[in-house]
Amino acid sequence: MRILTGYMPPSSGAASIAGFDVVSQSLEARRQVGYLPETVPLYTDMTVFGYLKFMADLRHLPEAESAVEEALEKVGLLERASGYIGNLSKGMRQRVGLAQALLHKPQVLILDEPTIGLDPAQISEVRNVIREVGREHTVLLSTHILSEAQQLCDRILIINRGKIIVEDTPANLQNSLSGGQRMEVKVRSQAQSLLPVLEKISGLKNLSLNQGNSLQFSYEAGADPRPEVARAIIHANADLLEMRSINLSLEEIFLQLTGEEPSQAQAE
Amino acid sequence: MRNLWTIAKREFSLYFSSPLAYTIGFLFLFIVGLLFVLNLGSLALSPFGFGAAPDVRIVTGPMAFLLLLTTPAITMRLLADEARMGTLELLLTAPVRDVELVAGKWLGAFLFTLTIIAFTFIFPIILNGLVKPGIDQLQMIAAYLGVILLAAAFLGLGVGISSMFSNQIATFFVTLVVFIVLWWLVGAPANLLPVGGEPFRYLDMSSHFYDSFNNGIISLSGVVYYLSLTALGIFLGTLAIEIRRWR
Repeated sequence: MRILTGYMPPSSGAASIAGFDVVSQSLEARRQVGYLPETVPLYTDMTVFGYLKFMADLRHLPEAESAVEEALEKVGLLERASGYIGNLSKGMRQRVGLAQALLHKPQVLILDEPTIGLDPAQISEVRNVIREVGREHTVLLSTHILSEAQQLCDRILIINRGKIIVEDTPANLQNSLSGGQRMEVKVRSQAQSLLPVLEKISGLKNLSLNQGNSLQFSYEAGADPRPEVARAIIHANADLLEMRSINLSLEEIFLQLTGEEPSQAQAE
Repeated sequence: MRNLWTIAKREFSLYFSSPLAYTIGFLFLFIVGLLFVLNLGSLALSPFGFGAAPDVRIVTGPMAFLLLLTTPAITMRLLADEARMGTLELLLTAPVRDVELVAGKWLGAFLFTLTIIAFTFIFPIILNGLVKPGIDQLQMIAAYLGVILLAAAFLGLGVGISSMFSNQIATFFVTLVVFIVLWWLVGAPANLLPVGGEPFRYLDMSSHFYDSFNNGIISLSGVVYYLSLTALGIFLGTLAIEIRRWR
């Protein structure tokens, strides 16, 4: 991210943003980008307006003041424009930082963990702003909160130790990685005796017995053995309590992909 | 150029909301004024009368030395604080050249220092009224030009050193040490060595001022020397910022 924003030169390889190389056309590339670093860079001894006006001037915006007002309106901070940044809460500062990144209506907006350290109300505020902004600009967002990525993003890249290990939409990621669909079946008793019955049904994979008389299996997205499974269970005279499909959460996908041990958290 | 001005403007106005800057300005003017009054007083009370009439040197002489002590405090914040607060990342990702950033910081500090120097102008005016037939105007212009060039050089070096650190106090002391070396120590071989010490005199910040400008001589070598130091400081600062990017 810091390479894309022109803060650091790449140690190897090349990067370009909106068609401009970040090294040889650094200034041009930087003009296309709005950037909110992880630690929001603010001058606490300036007013919100003064700070944004300064940044607008640095970017040579023709109508700096109206650009500042527009950006403030987008993040909903217009009424705090004359207040000192030092007096703002963390969520508000985050929004000032976001306003700074939006000032010049960049083609690409790069946000480094924009919701970190905020309380839940502030997080949803900032997410709303990002969603709003994402309609007009390309937003590149880094986050450790995977549910956030799931909610906000159209495309997800997972990077582990500097390598991209996967790139897809959130929905596709879930499908392809759970190896098709997963199901859980609960019966009243003697789940074990059902194992040989279910093994005979074609298309079932990874059949396993869990605690509390529940069985788990997965199947290819094309074939749908669910009715057969239900019938087989009824035939075996077992009391079918529950049948439900399980979606792998992004957390699990992440752990699978990065090859780390999954935590106790079970699939929900 | 426009970015340079934007940065200088912000820096300049920031000094006026900083208690430290007011303290520096006040102390500077107070000490220059105090020395001015004491000098005049001792001359007036001396049994030999005025002897040679006092000239602008009783103002500019102490000023030059005071600049050595105060400019590190003026420049210490410039880039070191940006690095500490993380706002350097903001400026380095904005479409601004590194040299514009450093030079803009220097210009802001320079304009602030010029403001302080402008206030001291009241002392030569008072002096002009006291002595008949007034003080040597050309000497005054040369001495003030010297002070201004000296300030530019100090601030240039200061901003350069400030861009190498992210701690204001460290910046202050390193800057002060560099100034002391350039003010007293660099020229010392000229007086100590029997032969071959002469070139060191040209590297000495104080002799360029006290031996020429302060005596009413505008020397080309002095102008070139101070301007080169300013440029060197800004260049080193830009280099330090560039190195920061690679780390």
